[in-house]
Amino acid sequence: MVTNTGGINDQGFCQLSWEGLKRLRDDKGYVVSYIESKQDADYFTNLDKAIDYGANFVWAIGFAMAEAAYLTARINPDVDVDFGIIDASTNGDQKLTGVLFANEEPSFIVGYIAGRTTKTNKVGFVGGIESDNIYAFEYGYLSGVAYAAHELGKKIDVNSQYAESFTDSAKGRSIAQKMISDGADIVYHAAGSVGIGVIEAAKEAGKFAIGVDMDQSFLAPENVLTSAIKRVDQAIYELTPKLIAKEITGGKDVVLRLRDGDFLGIPEDHHLMPKGVYEDALKISEKIKSGEIVVPASKDGYEKFEKSLA
Amino acid sequence: MNVLIKFLKRPVASSLLAILLGFAVAAAILATTGFNPFETFGTLFYGALGKPKYITNVIIKATPILLTGVSVAFAFQTGLFNIGAEGQYVLGTICATIVGVTCNFPAPIQIPLVVLSGALGGALLGAFVGFLKARFGIHEVITSIMTNWIMLYLCNFVVSTEAFHKPNSNTALTVNPSSYTMVLPQWKMSDEGIEYLLKVPWLRDILLKTDLNFGFVVAIFVAVLAGILLTRTKLGYELRAVGFNPEAARFTGIGVKRSVVACMLISGGICGLAGALNITGISPHTITTLAAQEGYGFNGLSVAFIAGCSTVGCIPASLLFSGLTYGGMTVQQMMGVPSEIINIMIGVIVFFTALPAMAPKIATWLERRKKARQSIDTDANAGEA
Amino acid sequence: MEVSSEYAVQMHGIVKRFGAFTALDHIDLDVRKQTVHAILGENGAGKTTLMNILYGLYQADEGKTYLYGEEVNIANPTGAIKRGIGMVHQHFMLVENFTVTENIILGDEVCGAAGVLDMGRAREEVTKLVQEYGFEVDPDARIQDISVGMQQRVEILKALYRGAEILILDEPTAVLTPQEVDKLIEIMDGLVTKGKTIIIITHKLKEIMRSAHECSIVRRGKYMGTVDVSQSSENDLAARMVGRNVNLKVEKTPAHPKDVCLSIKDLTVCDERGIEQVRKLNLDVRSGEIVGIAGIDGNGQSELVDAIMSLAKAQAGTIEVKGVEVQNTSPRKVIDSGVATIPSDRHRWGLVLPMIVSENAVLEHHGDEVYGKGIMLDYDKLRAYTEELVSQFDIRPAGCEEERISGLSGGNQQKVIIARSVTHAPDVLIAFQPTRGLDVGAIEFVHKTLIAERDRGVAILLISYELDEVMDVSDKIAVIYHGQIVGEFEQGTVGEDELGLLMAGGGSQ
Repeated sequence: MVTNTGGINDQGFCQLSWEGLKRLRDDKGYVVSYIESKQDADYFTNLDKAIDYGANFVWAIGFAMAEAAYLTARINPDVDVDFGIIDASTNGDQKLTGVLFANEEPSFIVGYIAGRTTKTNKVGFVGGIESDNIYAFEYGYLSGVAYAAHELGKKIDVNSQYAESFTDSAKGRSIAQKMISDGADIVYHAAGSVGIGVIEAAKEAGKFAIGVDMDQSFLAPENVLTSAIKRVDQAIYELTPKLIAKEITGGKDVVLRLRDGDFLGIPEDHHLMPKGVYEDALKISEKIKSGEIVVPASKDGYEKFEKSLA
Repeated sequence: MNVLIKFLKRPVASSLLAILLGFAVAAAILATTGFNPFETFGTLFYGALGKPKYITNVIIKATPILLTGVSVAFAFQTGLFNIGAEGQYVLGTICATIVGVTCNFPAPIQIPLVVLSGALGGALLGAFVGFLKARFGIHEVITSIMTNWIMLYLCNFVVSTEAFHKPNSNTALTVNPSSYTMVLPQWKMSDEGIEYLLKVPWLRDILLKTDLNFGFVVAIFVAVLAGILLTRTKLGYELRAVGFNPEAARFTGIGVKRSVVACMLISGGICGLAGALNITGISPHTITTLAAQEGYGFNGLSVAFIAGCSTVGCIPASLLFSGLTYGGMTVQQMMGVPSEIINIMIGVIVFFTALPAMAPKIATWLERRKKARQSIDTDANAGEA
Repeated sequence: MEVSSEYAVQMHGIVKRFGAFTALDHIDLDVRKQTVHAILGENGAGKTTLMNILYGLYQADEGKTYLYGEEVNIANPTGAIKRGIGMVHQHFMLVENFTVTENIILGDEVCGAAGVLDMGRAREEVTKLVQEYGFEVDPDARIQDISVGMQQRVEILKALYRGAEILILDEPTAVLTPQEVDKLIEIMDGLVTKGKTIIIITHKLKEIMRSAHECSIVRRGKYMGTVDVSQSSENDLAARMVGRNVNLKVEKTPAHPKDVCLSIKDLTVCDERGIEQVRKLNLDVRSGEIVGIAGIDGNGQSELVDAIMSLAKAQAGTIEVKGVEVQNTSPRKVIDSGVATIPSDRHRWGLVLPMIVSENAVLEHHGDEVYGKGIMLDYDKLRAYTEELVSQFDIRPAGCEEERISGLSGGNQQKVIIARSVTHAPDVLIAFQPTRGLDVGAIEFVHKTLIAERDRGVAILLISYELDEVMDVSDKIAVIYHGQIVGEFEQGTVGEDELGLLMAGGGSQ
């Protein structure tokens, strides 16, 4: 695998990916290795280096590497190697598989929990840089909040804002502070390191934050209400053997949903939630899995979903 | 022994010895952390020089740090510490991207336009820092560090503006292909090009698998030109005089303030050029949201000091540095050495390489020891007699 | 000479080579206990090298060193300090923004329990030392706030604090005012009576005559003998040092002054703090004459030179060169109008030390077309021009054109400055302390050159803090006090006493 510039110790995405590969090595004896990219200009050359090493399959971690992955796949038609990219779609190249997560689904669940937990009837959402990917988080969350509001028969306001960054935690902090002073008592984020600032702000104000990607409660055990988990490690662990065995053929995207297994969800720890909320959230999860609730991932979808509730 | 002492007194010896010593210390560190040093170095060399495309990549990656190195060395020889190389580089990439995206002329006009706009951006930023120093006496290190951050955020701002943002990505729009400075950029990516190149493996390796471009040629040209400018022209003479002794320079009628601005203008321009050439020469041909400084400017500092602040010396120094970092990636992949250890290894080698005065010192020490031994010998002989 | 405990230091047959160059060729030195022993020699003769060996900074290639009759091997300065040797270098090694006490204890700090610095006790010890030797130094003053003479005393205290019995002073008077020199001599006498032995390295004959008991002479790395100072004379010492008879008196014919070439009218100049240093000063210099300005340092001399060079702003008044006003233009314009300067501090103002000799030789004139067309600088032409200067002005070592100028001795550096000033045929030459830090031979050369230039028709303004120099060289003597000319005399019509009185502010008009 080749990481983005975050590197192998990024406390997130790349680190989880490497965990997945390490488990493959330990459980099933695969030979695994990684290269860390230091600059954007490294993506292409590092993917190319990974092939030289004789790998059968190379993972590109993160959507920033998409272009480099397209190019690498295109100019190596004769080499016995396939590629996968996490969080980005394939361009249709037969050698490249895109792995996408249905981020709107866990976002819906945490949105539902937020809706059930809020006392002020105001919650917030902080996004990173605007893109379809982050819209999925936002509208999944909004839908979950709306669902809970409908269930409780009240109106809950959601304040959404984008930080235009995935790294500026100071900005995350100031946005969250503003939301809290405007009355929000729960803030969800899908904004990488910006979210660290969001969680800090919640901690200082004694309010709740909702983590993303992994269980972020270690950052503030008494203030992180729950987290929308996306298990990259599990995805890599399960998909890699299938991809190598060509059980999954390239050129298509694999979209991982709640019902596909242990890839998405919320952590078990729920000591900050009001009684019964966790259990209800699990029921919601089942409804999503069964298809009873279809979670929208875009603005249009959200507006339709809201109408369908009314 | 005498031959050794004589050899050690030569300047080239100090560089060679320093590199060797650097490898020796790095070997010790690797051994203590549980990695076989010989295997590691073998992999390092293989990763840097093992295939034509590796060598090509080393050259490609040496290009920007050669230029930033020349920029720092140039400024340093005139008494200025251009720690703002990073920001000037970033502004170079920004300007080149903006011009490269908005304009779309035929390549012979487009390329010079894009490249020069980047150089101009860096030059103006450098001149601004120089102006602040000349006019208000604010130290260039302080203003440079600040401009580095301003440029980082300016870059992120430009990436996020509607006009330049590429949807669903963290990059700006790529520059128009007429700006590309690779070898045969259009042809090699066309279907016929790929088809043809797939049949010629060595050509595919260096053309398709790398962004082989003309940047390094330009960079060497700039390094030599900067050297000539410094040591063979009246302007260079004035800049150095100001650098070494501004008071004497002023006393003898040289415009010190003008010199400071001129020096920073040139130094910044070289960094801006580095940025522009990276945009036109290598993918992704655009700017990206930056989380932290990318390090082109700071690596330029290392290159300059390995080279003993000689602009021409930056050529081998940049190749060494990029060879180490690029080869280091292979070490990581094939041996599983963590990047921290690799960085320490590279750091140690660079550190020792940057100590130019060491070999003559060792020569003196050997001489002294020899003498001491001789005097002991004569004393002993005298005692026996 | 026999080895005996009568001698504090004996160095016999010392040889030191730097590569092919023999810096010291079998030097002998015998310093009696409780005396002031001078080592005399021209710049580059090897005096400092010899003392650096004694202090352990260098190792001798041959020869033996004895302290109080015992053979010793001093490997480094720490060893020297342990054996009671202290050295005060020509360039002080003090931390500018530390206090006197802090500087003295630096490297040998007084520590209480757990290594905590005990400043109270340190201060007490320093105060005791100051009183014991009558040094008049404030232990709490910061180095940056005290005079050069004071700083030197701090250096001496530093050595004494470390228990020095033998003190080496390298060119101690080079940076001092006459008053400070007097005070230093007083201090040295006091130290000797208290049992210390002092070695001073110098090339100033007058001070040797006043302060030293014995004097060893070194010429180009060779030992030229030791003389009892009371049995000797300045001329005798000078001849031994240079190897030929030196004329300490300046020989010259009467001047033939022509038109006024440099004319200063009602000039007022402020220093950086805005205090008036030059006050409505009036002065004319004619071509073909040397006007000397006598005065104590700090009476406006630097500001006057700065204003002439357009380095400082003239608040009021005019400066005319050949009838054209040049005040408040730029150094470049002043140089182009025909003014050349020999600056007071050649390292600070005159030279770019890391550059080579030929590059320094064209400073001020590097822009001239003769040294390269357009933007290029033609190094072949530079070398050819410098070669000519080197032979014409006897700059040593011969063939030094491509060497860094920092490698030249002070006298030869000064020759480069003077050579470049006069060869570009100026109309006005400002010579500010032109012989500062130079030895007898070099001084003679500078004076001769100044007079030769005068005879060529140059208007020369000589500014010097050495009254002898002003009196000997100038055709006209002007006394500056408090930024004003307080007296003007033809040479030979005024005595040292009268001038001294005017310089000190007495009898002002």
